[in-house]
Amino acid sequence: MAKYVFKRVIYMILTLFLIASFTFSLMKMLPGSPISTSSKLTPNQLAAVEAKYGLDKPLPVQYGIYMKNMVKLDFGTSFQFKEASVTELIINRAGPSFILGIQALILGTIGGIILGMIAALRQNTAWDYGSTLIAIFGISIPSFVFASLLQYWIGVKGGFLPVGLWENGWKSSILPTIALAMGPLATSARFIRTEMIEVLGTDYITLAKAKGASGIEIAFKHAFRNALIPLITVMGPLAAGLVTGSLVVEQIFAIPGIGEQFVKAINVSDYSVIMGTTMFFSVLLILVIFIVDILYGIVDPRIRLAGGNKQ
Amino acid sequence: MEKILEVENLELSFHTFAGEVKAIRGVNFDLKKGETLAIVGESGSGKSVTTKAIMRLLPESSSEFKNGQILFDGKDLTKLTDKEMQKIRGKDISMIFQDPMTSLNPTMTIGKQIMEPILKHQKLSKIEAQKMAIYLLQLVGMPQPEQRIKQYPHQFSGGQRQRIVIAIALACNPKILIADEPTTALDVTIQAQILELMKDLQKKIDTSIIFITHDLGVVANVADRVAVMYSGKIVEIGTVDEIFYNPQHPYTWGLLSSMPSLDVQEAKLYAIPGTPPDLLDPPKGDSFALRSEYAMQIDLEEIPPFFKVSDTHYAATWLLHPDAPEVTPPATIIERMKRFPSSRYYKGANGGATK
Repeated sequence: MAKYVFKRVIYMILTLFLIASFTFSLMKMLPGSPISTSSKLTPNQLAAVEAKYGLDKPLPVQYGIYMKNMVKLDFGTSFQFKEASVTELIINRAGPSFILGIQALILGTIGGIILGMIAALRQNTAWDYGSTLIAIFGISIPSFVFASLLQYWIGVKGGFLPVGLWENGWKSSILPTIALAMGPLATSARFIRTEMIEVLGTDYITLAKAKGASGIEIAFKHAFRNALIPLITVMGPLAAGLVTGSLVVEQIFAIPGIGEQFVKAINVSDYSVIMGTTMFFSVLLILVIFIVDILYGIVDPRIRLAGGNKQ
Repeated sequence: MEKILEVENLELSFHTFAGEVKAIRGVNFDLKKGETLAIVGESGSGKSVTTKAIMRLLPESSSEFKNGQILFDGKDLTKLTDKEMQKIRGKDISMIFQDPMTSLNPTMTIGKQIMEPILKHQKLSKIEAQKMAIYLLQLVGMPQPEQRIKQYPHQFSGGQRQRIVIAIALACNPKILIADEPTTALDVTIQAQILELMKDLQKKIDTSIIFITHDLGVVANVADRVAVMYSGKIVEIGTVDEIFYNPQHPYTWGLLSSMPSLDVQEAKLYAIPGTPPDLLDPPKGDSFALRSEYAMQIDLEEIPPFFKVSDTHYAATWLLHPDAPEVTPPATIIERMKRFPSSRYYKGANGGATK
């Protein structure tokens, strides 16, 4: 196990290095620079500013400096917010995003599992159709539409929850979390339903029945764990979807999260913030995938991790 | 001998999109205490469905008992509620399935899987149940059971998994053990080992066994009595000797002729022509008539009743009717009948007494 984790960490570092290099070159390929948007500068002033931020140096040198600083977790200073360190900016902004992401992931998967289980165990009944309907809505309605609808109906018309911003504590997070969770909820509900139905038709379920197990025992003791395995596989992509989803949802709800800052940074070519945020998201995703792989081994004994304890 | 199970005129249908499939069309048999009854027949003849019906393991949404009863312990199993049935399954009646590769839960240790019916049906503590599981694994010939109960199914070979499935089936000392083609999915050497184990267990425990197979070689090995099934009906039932050496139904003749044998040197193995009838719309008379070279006019019109051959031997063929014409069974069957001196065909073939 330790050997496996060690190997995975090496790979993770390698992946991050590649992502950093790739983002760096992509960004440099974009037309314009952080300074070019404010066009009131004379050529002399421009050169002075470029020199200050090291933008006058040849690209390989810029890349070298950048990578060196990144190892020290220093992503430079923001261009748009005077002299603010990117690392600090991210840390200050990560809180709301993190809360939203985690809440949405929990609500999405657990809600999806419950919905999927109900659909599978009450196959071809009103319960099943209802859950299918919710899932279809969840998949086909984009999160931003859903977010606006929630804002309007619950926030404005109903008035029991804040329409936006991050000023009412946990209450502020409810609507964005729901908007964000719909996608994962729908996906996991469909997955669990399909898998449960398939698992319930397997021979080992018949054997469990032949042992005298009751319906509940069969569903939860025997079928559930096996139906969970494919869902774990899509947890990685689901989490990735949450990150991109949060970019939009944070904008709509005007939540001071990373996503909102990220979009702003792209608009003004704030290189250091873009890079820093990209790296932050990458680390997050890679960690999620790593956790998913570990979970896999726990749920499915057939997937023994390489170098793991063979019994 | 005491009857432990009586299946009376059982009729069962499946409801499909294509219509009603009459999978079991009036099956009668009984099982005596301690005996092994083999049910043989080709795929789709209803042998597995019959036993799954006894266990009530068929999907309730699509299957329906049309008629008849299954008497066990004074109760009609077709009428029991799910809850009552759960108390019987795994305790009084248990089952061994065909494919050991898929019949164990891949995410549960085999110890837990063996202990499950023990904990469910017997008042034992976990530790006692574990001891019992270890004992059962020993019984089915699994080496190092103490370590192996902590392992998962994928860590066992196919033959070992079938031993585990057998251990699960035996966990509560069932009164009836149903073995649904327990050797079909195994390769030949392992088949022999599992059969050896089953025969060994037959001696050790006093459980009655229903053994489903399409392998007549296996039948000769393990069974006391044999029921031959065809298109949802039992067409012939008798002791092993009666079925093997004095078969009466043309379908049984066909089955026995298509069995490879070491002493009959023929260039080509016999195969029954045609395919089994469509049970969406079963034929009117004897369902085997269309494939049988011995079919008579009445076979196409009326379902033959059971004719008594001996106290233990019955066959549903019009050939046994007193008015039926004399026929000569296939040569290989006559060869078999020579070992059964009282066979009417054998005497007939010798030019002896005819009816």
